[in-house]
Amino acid sequence: MELILFKVGLVVVLFLISLLIAAYSTYAERKVAAFMQDRIGPNRAGPIGILQPLADGLKMFMKEDIIPQNANRFLFILGPAISMATALMTSAVIPWGPDLNLFGTTVSLQVADINIGILYIMGVLSLGVYGIMIGGWASNNKYSILGSIRASTQMISYELAMGMSIVAVIMTTGSLSISQMVSSQEGSFGMGWNVFYQPLGFLIFLVCAFAETNRTPFDLPECETELVGGYHTEYSSMKLGFYLFSEYVNMFISSAIIASLFFGGYNFPYMQVVQENTSQILFAVICTGVFLAKILFFVFFFMWVRWTIPRFRFDQLMDLGWKVLLPLSILNMLITGFFILLNN
Amino acid sequence: MTNISEDKIKNQLNPGEIVHLEDDLKIYNYLNLGPTHPATHGIFQNVLKMDGEVILDAEQTIGYIHRAFEKLAENRPFYQITPITDRMNYCSSPINNIGWQMTVEKLLGVKTTKRVDYMRVIIMELARISDHIICNSVIGVDTGALTGFLYIFQFREKIYEIYEQICGARLTTNIGRIGGFERDFNPTVISKIEEILKEFPKALIEFEKLLIRNRIFMDRTIGVGSISAERALEYGFTGPNLRAAGVDYDVRVMHPYSSYEDFDFILPLGTNGDTYDRFCVRQEEMVQSLKIIEQALKNLPEGDYHVDVPEFYLPPKDEVYTTIEGLIWHFKVVYGEINIPKGQVYHAVEGGNGELGFYLISDGGRQPYRLHFRRPCFIYYQAYPEMIKGSLLSDAIITMSSMNVIAGELDA
Repeated sequence: MELILFKVGLVVVLFLISLLIAAYSTYAERKVAAFMQDRIGPNRAGPIGILQPLADGLKMFMKEDIIPQNANRFLFILGPAISMATALMTSAVIPWGPDLNLFGTTVSLQVADINIGILYIMGVLSLGVYGIMIGGWASNNKYSILGSIRASTQMISYELAMGMSIVAVIMTTGSLSISQMVSSQEGSFGMGWNVFYQPLGFLIFLVCAFAETNRTPFDLPECETELVGGYHTEYSSMKLGFYLFSEYVNMFISSAIIASLFFGGYNFPYMQVVQENTSQILFAVICTGVFLAKILFFVFFFMWVRWTIPRFRFDQLMDLGWKVLLPLSILNMLITGFFILLNN
Repeated sequence: MTNISEDKIKNQLNPGEIVHLEDDLKIYNYLNLGPTHPATHGIFQNVLKMDGEVILDAEQTIGYIHRAFEKLAENRPFYQITPITDRMNYCSSPINNIGWQMTVEKLLGVKTTKRVDYMRVIIMELARISDHIICNSVIGVDTGALTGFLYIFQFREKIYEIYEQICGARLTTNIGRIGGFERDFNPTVISKIEEILKEFPKALIEFEKLLIRNRIFMDRTIGVGSISAERALEYGFTGPNLRAAGVDYDVRVMHPYSSYEDFDFILPLGTNGDTYDRFCVRQEEMVQSLKIIEQALKNLPEGDYHVDVPEFYLPPKDEVYTTIEGLIWHFKVVYGEINIPKGQVYHAVEGGNGELGFYLISDGGRQPYRLHFRRPCFIYYQAYPEMIKGSLLSDAIITMSSMNVIAGELDA
């Protein structure tokens, strides 16, 4: 019973944290962009514009909710809903901190420690494309259709390379469970991060993560200068808000996955020393803090890249996915297998 | 039902060429690119026949902001036509203004002083820089790199501040008068120009570093929207777009006006006439413009800031208020009642994006009998379908922005 209560609490907290971080990612994005472009950025709502996300959200709610006449009403509403739901579902399998011993029971700071966590993530990510596809198709607009075609092609192509790059990590860990993947990186004084063992895999995964979240340089599905708004051209009000928001949630979750698969999750150097000298709760808080810091770094990285480089063209995107990343990820898998055999 | 036999596919196709089998059975998608589309930077319409993302055919429509400038000009005194020219290529309106003023001077047979010429050169080169800033940074925006655009736009703002100091306006400048300027450069103008000369090269290099050797940018632009020198000449291309194709034609060099022969500068040339070459040519032209401004500012001769054409300069106020001749003269100037000689002249200047020509026929009245603007954008836009056929939608967008087709000038 306590376990269920704890899990429900964790779900709610995670849900809120995801939303909060996503909301403040929009603010951070604008501030980072402003910094890079030698501007000031939002500074009207609250001190240094800190209430800007709330103002944006309020604005989204106040806008007229338009459903085009020729759109498929049901699917038009379903699109953003799927996008948002899948974006929020992914966080369930991410371990946010080490196990805790509370009142005699061991609880993990993870909503569901399922033994196929990584497959779950890949599955939910694949579902995410339906939101964009359905939304773009239901809008009955040529730009939306082009955007959703681009989105679906891009996501399906990059999922392959992404999956292949994860396979190498799975091979070294020997498990599909994310919590085990994280705890396996504890070695070498908390620095046994996969990124040192799998640099190529990490790069491939990073590139694919950009493609999966539709961020520059892979923001073709929504590139404003070509497709007006891409798949969300016809959307307005909070439906548009859901699409935009789900992108930021996805970015946050992708960063969390990168951090836990390749950057040791909540592991940090001299972890054991800290663990011995602090209370259990404090240690868990520090671990979660470290994990969040890693996540926020990657969120910043996403923005950094977005405001620095141009985007690909569609055929170049496909070339990169199929002709470069996929062979490289398979090569990475082979190399990993070779070293595993060598060690045995 | 195949249009192309298998032999042809084996023998004649180049690698990478796209063929469409069973053309008759296919249903193509027609996409309206414009009139209001974020990437058209103005109001153009392109009806694209698309096979997926590949453009098979394009048909352009013009005239969405046609304001009948040439007809409008027939009913206006000469000095009142200057503000009309502002609204053509509004990215470099001083060049349009000064080009028009020089056309009237040519008709009048007025020879301007060196100081006027040099002042004009400075302003025109500043305008060229601001025009190229917009074009090149917008190529960046259309490839998805917004940062360079906002970063380098600060210098366009500084150039606009200079216009503001010279004539009071920023975008539609209406700068200068027929025969010279209404007032001399004040010290603020000089110091602001010097500031630009000092700071702009650094920003330009930073901007260049952001894009010019960026692999994604190069892949996106090299070989995209290319046009051969022959085709470009056949269409009547001029300016950076022609120079990118490798033809060294520049009005400033071929038919020097406003003492351009005094200055030492290089004409950058491209080789392929593609988007990347156009970008590079414009980038280098900005550097050369800075060089011209530097020379002009250093050698700025002393003298009057306008020549003696009383038809376009109001008499002193005390004369207007005390003598009837002065009052009448003032009245005539404002109403544009001027005896212009009969005749026809063509004068061309190197505008921001090509040869901007003014063909003026005068029958001796207070307004032109006929006036034609040779607008480079109008010519570039003719070639647009040819340049984008067979490429992807993304290529079409950056081809458009790299040609710097400005709707105001296209439609006049």
